[in-house]
Amino acid sequence: MLCGLAAIESGDICWKGVSVRAQVEAFRRELFYLGHLNALQESMTVSENIVFSAALGGLAVAQRDVAELLVQFGVGGRGGQVVRHLSQGQKRRVALLRLALSRARLWVLDEPFVAMDDAGIRMLANLVAKHLNTGGLAVITSHQSVDMGGIPAQILDLSACACQ
Amino acid sequence: MRVSMSQEMGTTSVLWAVLQREVSLAMRQKGEVLTPLVFFVVIASLFPLGIGPESALLLRMAPGVLWVSALLAAMLSLQRLFSTDYSDGTLEQMALSTTPLGLLVLAKSVAHFLLSGLPLVLVAPVLGLQFGLDERALGVLVASLLLGTPTLSLIGSIGAALTLGVRGAGVLLSLLILPLYIPVLIFGAGAVEADAAGLGAGGHLSLLAALLVVSLFFAPLATTAALKISLE
Repeated sequence: MLCGLAAIESGDICWKGVSVRAQVEAFRRELFYLGHLNALQESMTVSENIVFSAALGGLAVAQRDVAELLVQFGVGGRGGQVVRHLSQGQKRRVALLRLALSRARLWVLDEPFVAMDDAGIRMLANLVAKHLNTGGLAVITSHQSVDMGGIPAQILDLSACACQ
Repeated sequence: MRVSMSQEMGTTSVLWAVLQREVSLAMRQKGEVLTPLVFFVVIASLFPLGIGPESALLLRMAPGVLWVSALLAAMLSLQRLFSTDYSDGTLEQMALSTTPLGLLVLAKSVAHFLLSGLPLVLVAPVLGLQFGLDERALGVLVASLLLGTPTLSLIGSIGAALTLGVRGAGVLLSLLILPLYIPVLIFGAGAVEADAAGLGAGGHLSLLAALLVVSLFFAPLATTAALKISLE
């Protein structure tokens, strides 16, 4: 709902003081969303997937930069491999690698820590911390509490709510 | 550093990227392109076998048979138009893309035509020869298929979007889409018959072109609306 995938039943969501419904395109430019699904096409290679999803975000990326990012995210040298052959954790890393390419100010991540090992979680936490330090905003749902580089977060405990 | 890594892309390049992706995916799974094609050839070849070698009768039936076979073959690959993107989450990303979903859907429909409609158009003259159609009739047949099959892909995308994530989607898809294909079938097969009767195929072909233009505009809108419902 926050991203505009589901219709808003009542009330409104505002971005910079204006309803998101009135500025759909501008809002999408500022938004990065990653849900439970990795949005990776299994029979395409890792770098093809990254280039394509960057294109969906309206950005062109050079192969060299992709290779560099893969190393940075601990999946170096796997650019030419078909996604089907990666492990769950590696897929998740590739999916989250898009964060580094995105220019979005608002990150909406639905359980990004699932299937990640400790190093992966730390890496992601650092990435989020860096994003927050440069004036970004992140909405993250998680079952774990992860330290985001000591930046205070607003925590909404959903277990206390009467969820359906 | 982050900014230097990527450059803004125009809408056309994004659509081009979608088209390229679809084509390269299909080239990797060649069966998906070949299955409708083989299906088309087999169905169209079954008719002469079933009806017998009466050339006058076959000649009269040829346009209808070829068109119905093409229609069924084009429908065969529709179900996969959005299903993998839906199950792996790419569709969510498409819906949230800075490029309007309607245009992305249009690019996917164009890719579907290139991969499932165009091969049929290319094979059709060979099958037409089997029925004894003359050169002129073959020309009209190809023209009618060339104008008609993109419309089939466009209308089909609405059905594919509506049946996304539904159990038994294949059957439901045919039930939804086949009635909508009737106008294309009538004018497509009619074009060849009208030409054979000496009336000229111009009128029928114009109507097929009109159907194409209308569906080019409305089908992506309807498909987008249907996809949004499926994604909620």
